[in-house]
Amino acid sequence: MIAEAGLAALWLAAGLAAYQFLLMILALRSNLEVARPMRAVAVVQGGLTLVAFAMLLLVFARSDMSVALVFENSHSAKPFIYKVAGAWGNHEGSMLMWVTILAVAGAFLALFSRRTTERTLIAGLGSQAVLALGFYAFLLFASNPFARLFPAPMDGQGLNPLLQDPGLAFHPPTLYLGYVGLSVAFSLAVGALLTGEVDSRLARAMRPWVLGAWILLTLGITAGSYWAYYELGWGGYWFWDPVENASLMPWLAATALLHSMNVLAARGALKAWTMMLAVIAFSMSMVGTFLVRSGILTSVHAFAIDPQRGTFLLVLLAIYVGAAFTLFALRGASLKEGAPFELVSRESGLVVNNLILSVILGIVFLGTLYPLFVEALSGEKLSVGAPYFNAVAGPLALILAVLVGVGPLLSWRSERRPVFRQLRVPALLGLSALVITMILAPDIHILPRLGFVVAAYLIAAAVLPLVGRNPLRAPLATWGMVVAHLGIAVALTGMAANAAFSSERLGIAKPGDTLSVGPWLVQLEGVTPTAGKNFTAVEAELRATRGEGAVILNPQTHYYSDPPTETNESAIRTFWNGQLYTVIGKSDASGGWQLRLWWKPFVTLIWAGGALIAMGGALALLGRIWRRRRLSSGEWRRKGYA
Amino acid sequence: MNRLSFLLAILVAQPLLADSSLPPAYWANRQLPDSRQEAKAEALMAEVRCLVCQGQSIADSDAELAGDMRDLIRRRIAAGEKPSAIQGWLVQRYGTWISYKPTDEPAAWPLWLAPFGLLLVGLWFVRRRIGQRRRG
Amino acid sequence: MSKAIRFAPLALLLLVIVALVWRLATPVDTNVHSKLAGRPVPFFTLAAALPTKPTVSSTDLATGQPRLVNIFASWCVPCVSEVKVLQSLKSRGVPIDGIDIRDRPADLTDFLARNGDPYERIGSDPQSQLQIALGSSGVPESFIVDGKGIIRYQHIGAIQASDMPMILTKLEQAK
Repeated sequence: MIAEAGLAALWLAAGLAAYQFLLMILALRSNLEVARPMRAVAVVQGGLTLVAFAMLLLVFARSDMSVALVFENSHSAKPFIYKVAGAWGNHEGSMLMWVTILAVAGAFLALFSRRTTERTLIAGLGSQAVLALGFYAFLLFASNPFARLFPAPMDGQGLNPLLQDPGLAFHPPTLYLGYVGLSVAFSLAVGALLTGEVDSRLARAMRPWVLGAWILLTLGITAGSYWAYYELGWGGYWFWDPVENASLMPWLAATALLHSMNVLAARGALKAWTMMLAVIAFSMSMVGTFLVRSGILTSVHAFAIDPQRGTFLLVLLAIYVGAAFTLFALRGASLKEGAPFELVSRESGLVVNNLILSVILGIVFLGTLYPLFVEALSGEKLSVGAPYFNAVAGPLALILAVLVGVGPLLSWRSERRPVFRQLRVPALLGLSALVITMILAPDIHILPRLGFVVAAYLIAAAVLPLVGRNPLRAPLATWGMVVAHLGIAVALTGMAANAAFSSERLGIAKPGDTLSVGPWLVQLEGVTPTAGKNFTAVEAELRATRGEGAVILNPQTHYYSDPPTETNESAIRTFWNGQLYTVIGKSDASGGWQLRLWWKPFVTLIWAGGALIAMGGALALLGRIWRRRRLSSGEWRRKGYA
Repeated sequence: MNRLSFLLAILVAQPLLADSSLPPAYWANRQLPDSRQEAKAEALMAEVRCLVCQGQSIADSDAELAGDMRDLIRRRIAAGEKPSAIQGWLVQRYGTWISYKPTDEPAAWPLWLAPFGLLLVGLWFVRRRIGQRRRG
Repeated sequence: MSKAIRFAPLALLLLVIVALVWRLATPVDTNVHSKLAGRPVPFFTLAAALPTKPTVSSTDLATGQPRLVNIFASWCVPCVSEVKVLQSLKSRGVPIDGIDIRDRPADLTDFLARNGDPYERIGSDPQSQLQIALGSSGVPESFIVDGKGIIRYQHIGAIQASDMPMILTKLEQAK
């Protein structure tokens, strides 16, 4: 009965979403009084999806094989934690998670949004309801997670050991919260376009949502990158694969939105552009979901492609994005641009930030879809990969990083003070980085060299907003900005160091042989067979030394029988100044083993930078919420949810 | 499961397709002694798509054919052939699809022009917006 | 904001949707087609795969009559069933040459003894070098080469019994 209860909850939630949408239409056409039950409806709808999701977790936890999804993706012998994580480790479950987050976000919006006018909030909740409605339809008609099997099979098919990985279990929820969190910005933008109330209050209402979603996206992408780095066993951390691009595009749009929102909040300017970005950010989430779920761009094998589901998602995408764009086209003209600003001002700094981020977004979008356009028009197949994206996005990102140091120093509207003088120290640091790398490493490529220069400059420039004032009295949001911008400098240092100074050693070694990589001498002591719970393995013992002392690393190759697969388990040792990364491959006929060794100086800074960026976002979010609490606690009590 | 993780789960798991009984080619997993030549070879290998796994470059692939292609590229580089000539030779056989770097054929021109086009359009917008000051 | 600018996003969206619809309607072809179809076989020589059998070289493929060049290996599972189809092609007078990928003589001898030997000549390609030179990316694959040594057709995957009429027609056309 659990599965049926879940299904019933979904149907009820869908009904409430339809009702919620209807209420919006009635309210906007006649009077707002009609929409009085709207907040309650949104909250109950969110609650019902939580019930449905809980039911799904329950059938997975209980290994109820009469549910088709459990039978296909679980097994009674799985560890409990992976039984539960298996609930969202498949198409249907992940779509249920998607719609649950969507509806719960709507409930939170109904509960906590006090910033916008009642009219805009009602329009926004209506939009959120209609978004959810499409995905309910998708679940109920094309991806029912609660479908039963009769007779119930004895046990499930989902014992694939490769999918039992903590990274796989917790990475998707993080990204999903980020993707779907952007739906609130989308709905508020649509609501405001409907009511015509695009103003600074709207931007302040959007801000915590965009910040929250952006923090989770940043964390998700950073964690995913590190996971790829240690799992794939080739030392790379970003591959510009279509699926990675699908996660990067919403992040780029959200980053741009985060900055343009500030202009709208503080100055009431960039109205149309900010609304457009809010629409685009969630649209990119939907595009990403479509690309991955339909499987049309992932040329990696073994991907179950379901044209019916792909079509359904494409129809949803076309309806939602199309409707939002149409609304923009019809209402955009009535948006009065706010306070004017001069060429040298905080506003224009943020405009240039948005310009560059949007161009990068455009490049990633075009590069991802371009092969498809060419094949549709000419039948020729063409590839766009890392060499293109690095060559184009790299220089743009460096220019952006330079401007990151300048923008926060400028004042709103017009800058008359000689602020550029403050940049003398950062500029000097950048220059010395140039001279030092020229002397110590004359042969490195131009991009990493510029990376060092810009990073050195930015480390000093990023903290300037705290200089000359009491840092303890600076708003938390300013601290957040400084930390996030420092994170960029840190990540940039890691990327440049990895690109310029990584050493790689590929070779064949017999036990006793020594290979050198960077400053390290790595000796293959021996290779021993070993076994885990559900795999057999070979394990190498590597003794690495660089002068004094030695460290032992044990990379493995795992062989699984069901399904027959092998994985390389790299062994990585982290030092203060870099990582030693080792992989063991196949043996050749003569008793030698393939070894892949890397010494990657300061590579960990890449992910440390990502974490700092997310932390900066978290500080800013805390600052905003805290301040809002203080400012509106009186109003809060008066209008509290009842 | 989704996006990144879904893809990675598949990438990480190299399915045991029927593999031959011969060991990898000599230069498949060894580096050329001349580090300049090796750097050239590795740069090229990172741009060549693996035809078996199709989602990775041959530099990042365990497939046998990828190993044989690495061997071919290292041999030819060691013999003094230019990377662009080797790339051209591969494209002649497999089409531009094999190269992750869009080559200079007309179909790829829009890709290389796009960044400039997008920047120009953007700057035009920005100019309009900032120019408002004088009028307003 | 002018009307054109306001409607531009909508137009772009339409373009993208059209492309995506096209892709959904036209499934991805994951086969890698050799671009050498219609061109001469590149010059090559191979070592013999077996001491008892002659080897193939590019000059053997321009003998005035069309030939079938089969890329195979003893470790390749679909090749086992394909050999039977090749046998019946041979019995219809089709000359077949084999290119044996990454194989050992002992394994090959075993494979031919167990499944039959439709090949006139077999060359050994231990590091897939000829396979790459032909623009082939897997085993089994087959090429139809006409009397002048020009590649006329590439068959990706095993030739099934049901493909026989088609292969015979292609060979006829290559005359």
